[in-house]
Amino acid sequence: MELLSGAQMLIRALHDQGITKIYGYPGGSVLHIYDAIFQQQDIEHILVRHEQAATHMADAYARATGKAGVALVTSGPGATNAITGIATAYCDSIPMVVITGQVPSHLIGEDAFQETDMIGISRPVVKHSFSVKHPSEIPGIVKKAFHIAESGRPGPVVIDVPKDMTNPTDKFEYIFPKTVKMRSYNPVSKGHSGQIKKAFDLLINAKRPIIYAGGGVILGRACDELIELAQALNYPVTNTLMGLGGYPGTDRQSVGMLGMHGSYEANMTMHHSDMIFAVGVRFDDRVTNGLDKFCPTAKIVHIDIDPTSISKNVRADVPIVGPAKVVLQEFLKLLKASKVQADKEALKTWWHQIDEWRTRHAGRYLTDDSEKMKPQQVIEMLSKVTNGDAYVCSDVGQHQMFAAQYYKFNKPNRWINSGGLGTMGFGFPAAMGVKVNFPDADVACVTGEGSIQMNIQELSTCSQYNIPVKIICLNNGSLGMVRQWQDMNYESRHSHSYMESLPDFVKLAEAYGHVGIRVEKYEDLEDAMRRAFAMKDKLVFMDIIVDEHEHVYPMQIPRGAMRDMLLSKTERT
Amino acid sequence: MRHILSVLLENEPGALSRVVGLFSQRNFNIETLTVAATDDPTLSRITITTTGIDKVVEQITKQLNKLVDVVKVVDLTEGDHIERELMMVKYKASGAARDEIKRTADIFRGQIIDITPTTYVVQLVGSSKKLDAFIEALDSSHLIEVVRTGVSGIARGEKTLSI
Ligand SMILES: Cc1ncc(C[n+]2csc(CCOP(=O)(O)OP(=O)(O)O)c2C)c(N)n1
Ligand SMILES: [Mg+2]
Repeated sequence: MELLSGAQMLIRALHDQGITKIYGYPGGSVLHIYDAIFQQQDIEHILVRHEQAATHMADAYARATGKAGVALVTSGPGATNAITGIATAYCDSIPMVVITGQVPSHLIGEDAFQETDMIGISRPVVKHSFSVKHPSEIPGIVKKAFHIAESGRPGPVVIDVPKDMTNPTDKFEYIFPKTVKMRSYNPVSKGHSGQIKKAFDLLINAKRPIIYAGGGVILGRACDELIELAQALNYPVTNTLMGLGGYPGTDRQSVGMLGMHGSYEANMTMHHSDMIFAVGVRFDDRVTNGLDKFCPTAKIVHIDIDPTSISKNVRADVPIVGPAKVVLQEFLKLLKASKVQADKEALKTWWHQIDEWRTRHAGRYLTDDSEKMKPQQVIEMLSKVTNGDAYVCSDVGQHQMFAAQYYKFNKPNRWINSGGLGTMGFGFPAAMGVKVNFPDADVACVTGEGSIQMNIQELSTCSQYNIPVKIICLNNGSLGMVRQWQDMNYESRHSHSYMESLPDFVKLAEAYGHVGIRVEKYEDLEDAMRRAFAMKDKLVFMDIIVDEHEHVYPMQIPRGAMRDMLLSKTERT
Repeated sequence: MRHILSVLLENEPGALSRVVGLFSQRNFNIETLTVAATDDPTLSRITITTTGIDKVVEQITKQLNKLVDVVKVVDLTEGDHIERELMMVKYKASGAARDEIKRTADIFRGQIIDITPTTYVVQLVGSSKKLDAFIEALDSSHLIEVVRTGVSGIARGEKTLSI
């Protein structure tokens, strides 16, 4: 029998769970845990400079691998600093385990120093949370936390640990459970076969089909099945912002991203379709535009692991609750056995129409004679320099939409962005989280001069651990996305959307021991970017000056149909 | 439409707040809520009444089911069921009102469970409608205070809510 303190149990349980790295920041309530970390080698702890960054690192690890990442923070301000990161993960269904210190049990409720009700504060943004009541519960709670975080529709789980639960002198028997059984939590493991048959009929008989694939395909590791099904049918595929890479972006059948800033052809194809085959999506308001005008002629098949996502915004004709992978395998089986085949003639006409939309190049950017580079050009260059193969971790703003539109993702788990919450400050720590786990991969943080300053302190963490990410800062000197809305809706009154007194990012990077490169002319871009990526063991901050007047197009017209789009400052559909 | 949802959940600290939080967070409305442990002390049973269009109630039911602590949810109003609520009402009871209250309480099969020279407390059990009717039936100028438990419900016949 092995006797361990609660602190030792926590670290040991993480190790037994297969965790090798955690991200965190110490403080009073977690000192016993940090002491246990000091005395072992199994788990590497990475010290960030702000707790929010720890959560984004853990989150990005999860987005890149599908496995839950772990953050460790102290009580009170440490815990509240982690909230944005937890909410970010929650909104995108990312598995994560966040361990928060808490004041000792006997002080809870006493307004003790650094006491916050973390279970209460985090409740609306976690999948579940645990509060440790006895040290011996720790291994079981850790096991359950990972199980809940990673299964079903994934999400973040908080474990709140009062300091006395980790007391080094109180030791108990350590038993790490092999399995988890919870009577109240049993995510579905397959879809309803009757529903699948019904849906297959709709699928195979469609004349103007579209496959609308989201983040659930990536989280559910169902990309291979999706590709096989789409290609066997020769149906067009559109991806959501969260689903990019789930279907290869350069494939002929890909019509690109849909939604508010989706491609012209994707939104047109959706609008005119007669059958939408939706997998791992949630008919988000940033996709559907005006619900009353949404895809008027389409029958809808909706596959999702989470029943609450189905028929929430748009009524599904055939709902299927189940894991995308297993359900799509059923469709593949039905397709192989089916006597009816997809209607080739109808498809020919449909593809003809889609290709016609595609060749209009509507809403794409144009270069003009302004001195400044277009931000889209930078993303296209990034795609070229990295062969479309980098992990692209984005911040939030215009640059994020340009990255989504112009980087061609051919593999899943490569596009890492805060889609649901839209958290500025996410990109840089996310890139760090990926890089420390994939040291040989090219990892880029696409950001703006606004977003990067929300977690710029992490330049210090990168020096300490030598985390050589490439920061691609599309510097338009303004909060571009805000400015765009002000241009469109507020007669260009740029209320607090410009950034005065920007730091010299090159010098700033250098001050932390990194490399800074400023690029002002397009002619210099390729060379500079290649140099940056060639410096394998250096963090390079590329401060790239881009045109501040550029807007993101296409842009759906509010409350319109999917096909109602602005295509430039002067054109609309 | 009014719905009565019966929820079985783990009898653990924080479980109730997750249920209540869900309602406020998603702008669902709770009209009444009752909760207590069941014969199995590890399980609590909550009865919630809510009004909403079917689509909203369907969302509520799904969202409740999604909570990790929730073991089972049924909408009692989907089948034959019995609902009861307990109410205690304090009245100014002097002069003619004293008789009037007593008589009305008898008609509604209520009981007077506390008496002072100037007040009565009437206890009444029944459907929420019946309790409303009782309050309506008496002159509101006598009324001092009302407390109601909220609805408890159970399915009729063989149907049960258990794990
Ligand atoms: C934490 C946070 N605060 C505010 C916002 C609102 N917001 C969305 S985009 C944006 C501007 C981002 O500016 P920048 O990073 O420079 O990117 P750009 O749009 O210029 O490419 C703002 C303020 C947000 N998404 N997140
Ligand atoms: Mg900017």
